[in-house]
Amino acid sequence: MCLGIPGRVVDVEDGPLRLGHVAFGDVVKEVTLAFVPDAAPGDYVVVHAGSGIEVIDEEKARRVLETLRILEEP
Amino acid sequence: MKYLDEYRDPAAARRLVEAIRGLVTRPWNLMEVCGGQTHAIVRFGIDELLPEGVRLIHGPGCPVCVTPIELIDKAVAIAARPGVIFCSFGDMLRVPGSASDLFRVRSEGGDVRVVYSPLDAVRIAAENPGRQVVFFAVGFETTAPANALSVLEARRLGLANYSVLVSHVLVPPALEAVLGSPDRIVDGLLAAGHVCAVMGTEAYHPLAARHRVPIVVTAFEPLDLLQGIHMALRQLEEGRAEVENQYDRVVRPGGNPAARAVMDEVFRVADRAWRGIGVIPMSGLVLREAFAAFDAERVFEVEGVGGPESPHCRSGLVLQGLLKPQACPAFGTLCTPDNPLGATMVSGEGACAAYYRYRRHGLA
Ligand code: SF4
Repeated sequence: MCLGIPGRVVDVEDGPLRLGHVAFGDVVKEVTLAFVPDAAPGDYVVVHAGSGIEVIDEEKARRVLETLRILEEP
Repeated sequence: MKYLDEYRDPAAARRLVEAIRGLVTRPWNLMEVCGGQTHAIVRFGIDELLPEGVRLIHGPGCPVCVTPIELIDKAVAIAARPGVIFCSFGDMLRVPGSASDLFRVRSEGGDVRVVYSPLDAVRIAAENPGRQVVFFAVGFETTAPANALSVLEARRLGLANYSVLVSHVLVPPALEAVLGSPDRIVDGLLAAGHVCAVMGTEAYHPLAARHRVPIVVTAFEPLDLLQGIHMALRQLEEGRAEVENQYDRVVRPGGNPAARAVMDEVFRVADRAWRGIGVIPMSGLVLREAFAAFDAERVFEVEGVGGPESPHCRSGLVLQGLLKPQACPAFGTLCTPDNPLGATMVSGEGACAAYYRYRRHGLA
């Protein structure tokens, strides 16, 4: 339950709840984006119990991966 | 999948393991707080890759596991009432109460439904005006905002037939209890990334300073965990005790202000019993007085409901990192996921379930 998974925002419907669709691989779910008011289609968000709790900072994600990949080189 | 598979690269993991080996000069005990981290560690065998003497200890970070038995009994009592639709995350159905569980209530004809989100329960309430719909609001700071939002949404829709059975627990007071214990064996902490995504990292600075303990906010994939372990061990070897953020692609220092605001509007902090551990001061959330009409405990008057734990279950020790699951005499014999004695054997994040699933082989 605490293990939120990242998904890609497909669409956003503004309203009292700010609902949207988020794709986790091939599975698309309706989630509330009330807590991530800036999340836009194409963004990756971490989703818990049907609500987005944070947008993933792609720049930082990429930086960490690059650091980790440098480790691969002997 | 993006931001999952990338963090499972075996070659990078091997190099990180080597970097950890090059760093360590003496034994250290690290506690991973979150049950999701425990499952990833056991599943990917991360604990077995670490140098001799570096131990990972499982923390109390599984909300299913720490929901007090009294609340399971209350859930069972409410769900068994005629006319009630009881909604819950699937994890909670098999958690044993003192005499029954929600799964059994369902097999005996109770209307117990598994929902993906508390807003699904609100929708069910709107569609069934003649029935009482109750949502079992469990979880740490991660699920509390969504559960709070469901109460606000029910109020906005004017629903008089929606209520929540609240069993929310907070992580920092539990860590205070672990770190302040006279039996403490923990040298460093891997803090739960998603709790911090909501709450931020500020609450951890006084903990790190007061108990002289490094705290590294860590995510859940193998490379994340190895990097978090590396960061915590480097601090220990250098004699530092700071808060560091391995998961800064998601966790901001102030957390998520919109989520915190909704939580604060609906809930207030109160003392809370943790299953197997006991009462920890100011470690839970309850509904504010303004939302009393949405409080299932008041709507259904279940005061005084609740029985004792199984005498065989040692989950309190498991949750505090004092006992490995296989060391429990009931593990895999009296207690299995199909017939669990304690919540730690049930939950997708429970330590006993993790060992049963991934480490049973080779055990007598
Ligand atoms: S193995 Fe079962 S009985 Fe033993 S501590 Fe875990 S949940 Fe409790």
